[in-house]
Amino acid sequence: MALDLVPLWAAILAFGVLMYVLLDGFDLGIGILFPLAPDDAGRDTMMASVAPIWDFNETWLVLGGVGLLAAFPLAFAIVIPAVYFPILFMLIGLIFRAVAFEFRHLSRRRHYWDRSFFAGSLVATFSQGIVLGTFVQGIPVEGRDYAGGSFDWLTPFALATGAGLVAGYALLGACWLVLKSEGALQAWARRMARTLSLGVAAFVALVSLWTPFLQPQIRERWFGGEHPLWLWPVPLVTLGLFVLLWRSLERGRDTTPFLAALGIFAMGYLGLAISIFPMVVPYTFDLWQAAAGPRSQAFLMIGTLFLLPIILGYTVWSYWVFRGKVKAGSGYH
Amino acid sequence: MDDALLLSRLQFAWVVALHILLPAFTVGLASYIAVLEGAFFFTGRPVFLRLSKFWLPIFAVSFGMGVASGIVMPFQFGTNWSRYSDLTADVLGPLMAYEVLMAFFLEAGFLGVLLFGRKLVPTWVHFLAAVMVAAGTLLSTFWILSANSWMQTPAGHAVVDGRFVPRDWLQVIFNPSFPYRLAHTTIAFYITTALVVIGVAAYYLRRGRHAEESLVMQKMGLGLLAVLVPLQIVVGDLHGLNTLEHQPAKIAAIEANWETQARMPLLIFAWPDEAAERNRLELGVPALGSIILGHDADAVIPGLKDWQPQDRPPVAIPFFSFRLMVGIGVAMLALTVAGLALWRRGRLAAARRFQWLCMPAASLGFIAVLAGWVTTEVGRQPWVVYGLLRTSDAVTPALAAADVAVSLLVYIVAYIAIFGAGLFFMARLVQRGFPPLEEPEREGPPATPARPISAAIRSP
Repeated sequence: MALDLVPLWAAILAFGVLMYVLLDGFDLGIGILFPLAPDDAGRDTMMASVAPIWDFNETWLVLGGVGLLAAFPLAFAIVIPAVYFPILFMLIGLIFRAVAFEFRHLSRRRHYWDRSFFAGSLVATFSQGIVLGTFVQGIPVEGRDYAGGSFDWLTPFALATGAGLVAGYALLGACWLVLKSEGALQAWARRMARTLSLGVAAFVALVSLWTPFLQPQIRERWFGGEHPLWLWPVPLVTLGLFVLLWRSLERGRDTTPFLAALGIFAMGYLGLAISIFPMVVPYTFDLWQAAAGPRSQAFLMIGTLFLLPIILGYTVWSYWVFRGKVKAGSGYH
Repeated sequence: MDDALLLSRLQFAWVVALHILLPAFTVGLASYIAVLEGAFFFTGRPVFLRLSKFWLPIFAVSFGMGVASGIVMPFQFGTNWSRYSDLTADVLGPLMAYEVLMAFFLEAGFLGVLLFGRKLVPTWVHFLAAVMVAAGTLLSTFWILSANSWMQTPAGHAVVDGRFVPRDWLQVIFNPSFPYRLAHTTIAFYITTALVVIGVAAYYLRRGRHAEESLVMQKMGLGLLAVLVPLQIVVGDLHGLNTLEHQPAKIAAIEANWETQARMPLLIFAWPDEAAERNRLELGVPALGSIILGHDADAVIPGLKDWQPQDRPPVAIPFFSFRLMVGIGVAMLALTVAGLALWRRGRLAAARRFQWLCMPAASLGFIAVLAGWVTTEVGRQPWVVYGLLRTSDAVTPALAAADVAVSLLVYIVAYIAIFGAGLFFMARLVQRGFPPLEEPEREGPPATPARPISAAIRSP
């Protein structure tokens, strides 16, 4: 094979997971904030703001999972067993959250499904954060199999990334609500976003300072050798985005906070990617060692390059159809 | 290790068995809604719009549950079947990824507009969204059954260092059992939906509610069954012949046929005794098995003793599940004939006994789909990739039995709660019925996404 598709596959998969984190991030965040909302009308609006799109957002998770299986099967076969329980909790959380969208307004005990929506979102997010933490701290491998125990993921670092992701998704959710709502709900969302942005900044700083101590590779990448200078913009831009987020919230902007929060997530994601690259089973197998055979990569690449732009096209269209503010006491009932 | 294997198999069987109930219903329902939207778009008859608006919330509930329980499936491959994932991913990974790219995104991208966008987009765009969602469900069926069929009848691959490597993608995708399985399953899904539609209509007709809508539903449902039930019997026969050619051990288990023989009887009942390698309480029709499978009374059909005991599938489960499926097929045919006869005489609405039968019959499709799925998957054992990779070699090596026991328990409790609630809410939607006719259609786009469901909720 003349053409090495591994970098392109890594980029596509990284893009898919980033899309998932950004998109499902804000609608999971809506779930996390749900019990804190000022009133039931606010909760209706929150739900209505994501009801037409959550399913689509979650599809990126399926693409992430199946894409990992298809492009880097060895990573799928080692990483997923390493987080057996976090994956279980995530899936169960996502189920209880997903059905709440429809069950909530069919039930006479609505508060029960409100709780299901909240708890499902919280558990799913926290579990995803634990998966992330486990991945970053490294996975023990023997041969082509996971070699650790059932609870290796239960570490202070993974719990910290779990909590960090909860704060992060909640921030995305709050900023989404600033964009989509008005009046008292929007004012509340703005206050939440401000508090959360402090929390997220603290977690970003904590994880950034912690990871170099976890792994020599990460320490070397950011602080040693020849690379560090051109990596400086990553933390600097992140800092700038936090400032932008804070000031745009203070000035009562509608759209900028959401964009800034998305940017913060993208930068954090980029930072972790820089730390871990080129590993895909940290820190044993790199992308090339875990990649599927060239025929499999090529066969799927043809369709992906054709389909991904179409998917992005109708995504934009679907978001466009549901553009604008969702009003309190919406057309739900 | 063996416990972890058994528990993992039970867990997979549980999560996929409950999941398959939803596509069994939503694949057909998505097409039905697209047909209704199209019928309304082209004829302008309001009854089609009312029907579509009635079924959309039910579709939303079942589709949401299908998405949620479907996300579980690919992760099962990672958590519990990591060896399978590692060894087969080069072949099956792209098929599953194409399902996501072609089908899941298409469904999800247009579902929002279908459910919430009626007032926000032109009528033809809304109709198009319905068609796209339906197309997505069918594409999904295509890809996942291609992957499943490859595990039954692998083709177009080579084995390198124990891993499956693709050689010819067309042979991989269109492997020998795929066309039959695709046709058989898709028809089964459509029949399942048609029976539900007929059953719901029967519920209303017996209570004297929504007579106009119910008759339209029953006639559409019966019309579809009139074509699909006989077709399914033919396709099922062809599928069986294909299985005999490529998976003879499965056929031997289905027929509980121990000896290779000509004039093989068709067993109506038997109690297979796997330890003794024979049947107890056999009751059969001489030579009929050979006639059905070989289309000739003297056709020689291979028996289970041709295989070593460790290479044989379980016998009792496929034997009984197959008979359950076929028995239900016969019942469906009888119901279809009766319904068509009543329709011809214009007595559909008044036929209380027929309508009474139609209500429990709404569950027949689901039972038949599950029975057929059990037959084909248990009949594939002890292989996960037929003849090449044993199920016992596919499980995650480091898995602790206690972990799987916990996760299985969690899935059982969670699914009983969620599926129970889902069934209850769908039943409630049916009970509420159609919104009263006099409610005028609002003009102009509202400020917020209006739900089709909201009308149903307001009515008593």
